[in-house]
Amino acid sequence: MGHFAKRARYVIKRLLQAVPIVFAIIVVNFFLLQLAEGDAVDVLAGEAGSATPEYMAELREKFGLDKPLIVQLGLYLKNVAMFDLGYSFRHEMPVLELVLDRFFATMLLMVSTILLAVGFGVLLGLLAATGLNTWRDTAISIFALITYATPLFWVGLMLIVVFSLNLGWFPTSGMENIAMFYEGWDRVFDIARHLVLPTITLSLFYLALYTRLMRASMLEQAGQDYVTTARAKGLTERRIMFVHVLRNALLPVVTMAGVQVGALIGGSVIVESVFAWPGLGMLAFEALFSRDLNLLLGIFLLSALLVVAVNLIVDIIYSVLDPRIEVA
Amino acid sequence: MVGFWTRFRRNRSAVLGLLILAFVILIAATAQIIFPEDPFRLAGQAMAPPGESGFLLGSDSLGRDVAAGMAHGAKTSLLIGLLATIVAVTVGVLMGALAGYYGGWIDDLLMRTTEMFQTIPSFIFAILLVAIMKPSIESIVIAIAVVSWPAVARLVRGEFLSLKNREFVQACHTLGMSDIRIMLGEILPNCLSPIIVIGSLMVATAILIESGLAFLGLGDPNIMSWGFQIGAGRTLLRSAWWVCTFPGIAILITVLAINLVGEGLNDALNPRLRERT
Repeated sequence: MGHFAKRARYVIKRLLQAVPIVFAIIVVNFFLLQLAEGDAVDVLAGEAGSATPEYMAELREKFGLDKPLIVQLGLYLKNVAMFDLGYSFRHEMPVLELVLDRFFATMLLMVSTILLAVGFGVLLGLLAATGLNTWRDTAISIFALITYATPLFWVGLMLIVVFSLNLGWFPTSGMENIAMFYEGWDRVFDIARHLVLPTITLSLFYLALYTRLMRASMLEQAGQDYVTTARAKGLTERRIMFVHVLRNALLPVVTMAGVQVGALIGGSVIVESVFAWPGLGMLAFEALFSRDLNLLLGIFLLSALLVVAVNLIVDIIYSVLDPRIEVA
Repeated sequence: MVGFWTRFRRNRSAVLGLLILAFVILIAATAQIIFPEDPFRLAGQAMAPPGESGFLLGSDSLGRDVAAGMAHGAKTSLLIGLLATIVAVTVGVLMGALAGYYGGWIDDLLMRTTEMFQTIPSFIFAILLVAIMKPSIESIVIAIAVVSWPAVARLVRGEFLSLKNREFVQACHTLGMSDIRIMLGEILPNCLSPIIVIGSLMVATAILIESGLAFLGLGDPNIMSWGFQIGAGRTLLRSAWWVCTFPGIAILITVLAINLVGEGLNDALNPRLRERT
C-alpha cells in the first residue's frame, strides 16, 4: 500500500509539473495567432466576398476581438480548456473535429515507426557494440552517418521510385485502396501494405539515432563494476552481454524514444505529405497550402500536448522499470 | 594551431568531409560565373534526361536547368545554414551565459523556456513561424534560429556554471573586473570549443530544416534552393526521376560533409572526450 501511494504521488507530481508547460504552449499559440496578419473576421469577410465595416465591427464584438489583449487571452484559454480550438473556415468545420478525424492515421504511423526504429536501432547498436572496431561496427557506423544526413522527403521519393514505380511492390500513396471496398482482414492487409514505405522512411533517421545511442550505452555499461563482478563470478561473456549489460543499456534508449516524439511528429508532416498519408501531417500540409492558420495552430497545439502526454507516460513506465529512480 | 591541424588530420573522414565541403563552397561561390543566367529561366527543352540537349543533369517540366539550380541552390543552403547558426549561437551564448553566470530567476526562466522548446515539435513550430511571417530568407533564418538556440543556451549555461567558481574567475573578481569583462573576456574563451562543435553540427541541421521547409513550399519564392527543386520535381517522379534525385544527393553530401567536419573538430578540440560515443 505504502509503495502504491508513493507511486501515485509521483504520477500526480509529474502531472502538476506538466501544467506550466502546457500553459506556456497555449500562450505561445495565442500570440502566434495575434502575430498573423488579419483576424478571424477578416478571413470571414474575405470568404463572404464583401462586408461593411459596421458588420465587421459587430462580428468583432461578438467574438470578443475588440477587447484588450489580456481579456482575449483569457477567452482563448477558456476555449482551449473546453477543447474548442477554433473554426476552420476552409473546411467549414471545427478544428477539433478535423484534427481528431486524422488522429488515428498519424498514431498508426507513429507507433509502427517507433517500434521499427527502436527495435532495429537496439539490434544494430548491439551488433556494433559486440563487434567493436570490426567491419560490422564500421559498416553500421557508416550506415548511421548517412541516414543521419539524408533528408526524409528525399528518401521517401526515392523509395517510391524504386519500390512503387519500378518494382511495383508497394502503393505510391494513401492509406488504403478505397475503390476496392476491402473488409475485415483484407482491409488490414491493404492498410499494412500502404504503411510499409512511410514507416521505413520516417524510421530511418531515428534508427540512426537509436543505433548510435544503443552502441554508446552498451559500451558505457560494459565498463561498470557489476560487469567485472559478473566476470569474476565466472559467467560467460555472452551471458554478461545479453543478460546483464543489455538490460541496463536499454534504459537510456527508452528515455530517448520519449524525448524524440516531438521530432517524430515534425518528421511525419514531411513523410505524410510525400505519401499522401491522411494524418495530421498531411492536414498541416493542406492547411499550409490554403493558408488556414487556425487549423495549423490547432495541429501544433495538439501535437505539443501529445508530446507532453507521451513524455509523462515514458517517465511513469521508466519509474516502474527502474526502481532506483526516486519516486518520493 | 599546428597541434589542432595535426589532430584534425588524424581523423581521415573529417578531412574527406572538409574536401567535400570545400568543393560545395567553391560551386556556391562560382555559381554566378558557371551559370550566369537566372536559374528560374527556361533554358531549353523540358524534361530532357541528363546529358541530353545540353543539360548536364537534365531539365525539369518547365525546361529549367537542374544543374544550374543546384549550383545556385548550394549558395542558398550554405547561406541560410550559416546565418541561422550565427543567430542561434549568438542568442544561445547570450542567454546561456547570463543564466549560468547569474543564476536566480534568469536561470529559472531560461530552463523553463528550453524545457518548453524541448516539448514543442520544433519542425512544426518552424513551419508556423515561416507561414505567419511569409516565406523569405529572413523569416526562414529567424524560424530556424528560434528552434535551434535553446540547445546552445543549455550547453553554454552548463559551461558557465562549472567555470564561474574556478580560481581564475575568483582572481578576476579580486582584480575588480566588471561582470561583462569576466564573462566575455575570461569565461567565454574557455568554453569556445564545445560552442564551435555544436555550431558546426547546427549548420548541418539548419540546412536539413531549410530544405524541408522549401520542399513544403515555404522557401523564399525568389531564390532557388535544393528543397524547392525536389518539391517541384516530385510530380515528375514517374517520367523524370533526375529532377528530384540530384538535388537530394547534393543535400545528403553537404550535410554529411558538415557532420564529418563537426566530428573532426570535436576530436581535435576536445581530445580528452575522444572515447565518448
